[in-house]
Amino acid sequence: MTALQTVHITRRVDPHLPIDRYDPEGELMLLHFGPQHPSTHGVFRMDLYLDGEKVVKVVPHVGYLHRAVEKLCETLAYVQITPIVDKNDYVSPMTNEQALNMAFEAALKLEVPRRARWMRSLFAELQRIASHLLWLGTFALDLGGALGGGATVFLHCFRERELVLDLFEEVTGARFHYNTHTLGGNRHDLPAGWSAKVKAALDIIGPRLDEYESMTLQNRIFLDRTTGVGRLDAELALDLGITGPILRACGVDHDLRRDAPFHAYDEVKVNVVTAQGGDCLARARVRIGEMRESVRLVREMVDAVPEGTINAGRPVKLPVQTKIPHGQVYVAIETPRGELGTYLISDGTQFPYRLKIRPPSLHALSALPYIIPGATVSDAVAILGSMDPIMGEVDR
Amino acid sequence: MSEGLVHGVVYSVVIVTVVLTATAMALWFERKFAARLQTRLGPTMVGPSGLLQPVADLLKLLQKEDIVPANADAVIFNLVPLLAALAALGAAAVVPFSPSVVASDLDVGVLYVLAIGAVTVLPVFGAGWASNNKLALLGGMRAVAQSISYEVPLLLSAMVPVILSGSLRLGTIVQAQADHHWFVVWPFFIGIPAFFIFVLAMLAESNRIPFDIPEAESELVAGVTTEYTGIKFALFYMAEYIHTLVASAVGAALFLGGWDGPFRPGLHWMVLKTLLLFVAVYWIRWSLLRFRSDQLMALCWKYLVPASVLLVGAAAVWVVLV
Repeated sequence: MTALQTVHITRRVDPHLPIDRYDPEGELMLLHFGPQHPSTHGVFRMDLYLDGEKVVKVVPHVGYLHRAVEKLCETLAYVQITPIVDKNDYVSPMTNEQALNMAFEAALKLEVPRRARWMRSLFAELQRIASHLLWLGTFALDLGGALGGGATVFLHCFRERELVLDLFEEVTGARFHYNTHTLGGNRHDLPAGWSAKVKAALDIIGPRLDEYESMTLQNRIFLDRTTGVGRLDAELALDLGITGPILRACGVDHDLRRDAPFHAYDEVKVNVVTAQGGDCLARARVRIGEMRESVRLVREMVDAVPEGTINAGRPVKLPVQTKIPHGQVYVAIETPRGELGTYLISDGTQFPYRLKIRPPSLHALSALPYIIPGATVSDAVAILGSMDPIMGEVDR
Repeated sequence: MSEGLVHGVVYSVVIVTVVLTATAMALWFERKFAARLQTRLGPTMVGPSGLLQPVADLLKLLQKEDIVPANADAVIFNLVPLLAALAALGAAAVVPFSPSVVASDLDVGVLYVLAIGAVTVLPVFGAGWASNNKLALLGGMRAVAQSISYEVPLLLSAMVPVILSGSLRLGTIVQAQADHHWFVVWPFFIGIPAFFIFVLAMLAESNRIPFDIPEAESELVAGVTTEYTGIKFALFYMAEYIHTLVASAVGAALFLGGWDGPFRPGLHWMVLKTLLLFVAVYWIRWSLLRFRSDQLMALCWKYLVPASVLLVGAAAVWVVLV
């Protein structure tokens, strides 16, 4: 495990000063960007104070998709919570379930069978490919528009994402909200012949990643639009608690899959992808690199899934009556968006006393007031897109 | 006098009908073409192969409620869609489809086309200004900056065939190419770069990707047309397609020899060349991303304008020497 350097907090211009400090004459134009705007990735809203095309100040507003998930969880038995958190990060539901159940298992001190752990890691890597493909498509939409080249990249990415969803459908019966992780293991075993289908899908996805790279990372307009745009330095990223691809794009070599291995990652070597610069281009590089790495990992793991049982067995007769002993536990895993943490306080009953989910996207959005000012409206869209925010998990 | 008038009226009616029909077909064609690029099928349900889709779209738009936003400048707001469509159609008047099929072969045809093309920025800016919408206003601002900038390379690159043929009349320019060589063939070192600059400037003038920043739906929702509904939106939409179509025809006449070609009537060649340019425009549109406004300006003033000035000079020297 590589230790992170100690961070020295330096004085930075506070982006949250009242607008009068920027604009005593009241000459700036206030543009409400969202929540109905087509490229805010859901219902995010930014108040942009504009001087012509230049953004002077940004006030992000979250909460338009708040569904009180954490409160709802306090009224549900532990096995009933999994399908709820599926809807948090609706682009990678697998990792949501994984993080949640890992927290419960840690609190119960339940040993997950080796086969189930491998399957979970395998699902997580497939989900990472699907999630990053969707990001690449929507990012291209942000740069190129729905009536242009952006839509072409978007639909091509969706074509490959379908392949991954088909694989999940084969295992779980669901394409999106799987509900396949459960206390002590998995609900659905891998069907016969599944690994051959996985390899067939990867044979298609792998070469097509090269196509996407030629459409984006080797495209002059893409490079012009992303190079040096939304530059985030590593120090600020660490201050704000930003994790995942955005942090790795700042040159910080941090990935929980390697640094705090969970499930199969203690047996499989993960090559962490990093990039320098911290701009939109670096983020794109990291995510495309991670897709390649995930393709490699899935290839490596899919044949090596050990035999055995997929569930540790039920600790009580009725799963719904599972009680977690008094105490608290925090478990964090690496999702496609970064560190997804689950903090559980249990009072010994069959319901959680408090369940706090730490979404990586919320922290990513907190960087916007620092990095957007000075950019144009076009850049603001690109920067927001490069953060890969999923409002379902930001607002919960 | 009266004979000329009759000729003008008849040809205008014919050409307006043909251009409007061609626009509807172009809409269908573009949707099919884009769908194929994007691993989709495109329209399939309305008519054979979805051919009647543009008609269905138009009927749908006709039924929409006509909304004028509160505090909008209603006169300008209602006027500009019409102006946009008229300006785009007006340029079709001087396009020579064959030696005989032309509504009005003006002595200053090239000048007229460019002037009418420049007028199209007015409705776009008017829409942005009159909508009382911040997104539309930003779109209008961008449109003015872009169109005025790209007017320069468009004009200069269009001057190259004018200098080479010694006439501003489109018919004479095409005839000069039919008599000798198309300007992209000889002198190719002047003709091909000038043609490229013309196509780029034409993309920018008709607000097409990668230069569609006035519309920029991922940034400005729908740019200047954000507040437009129903038939007024349809007019803007049509104007864009007509503009592209006519600009393709002018490009074909200026550089690709217009109606000139072997073993077929001239009209066929003109239509073929126009369609080729048109497809190129849409191929670019559905493959590329969008520039940022400052990059757009840099491309225009740092590269296209100096290059087109050089080309005009080169064309002048060529005419004197050869």
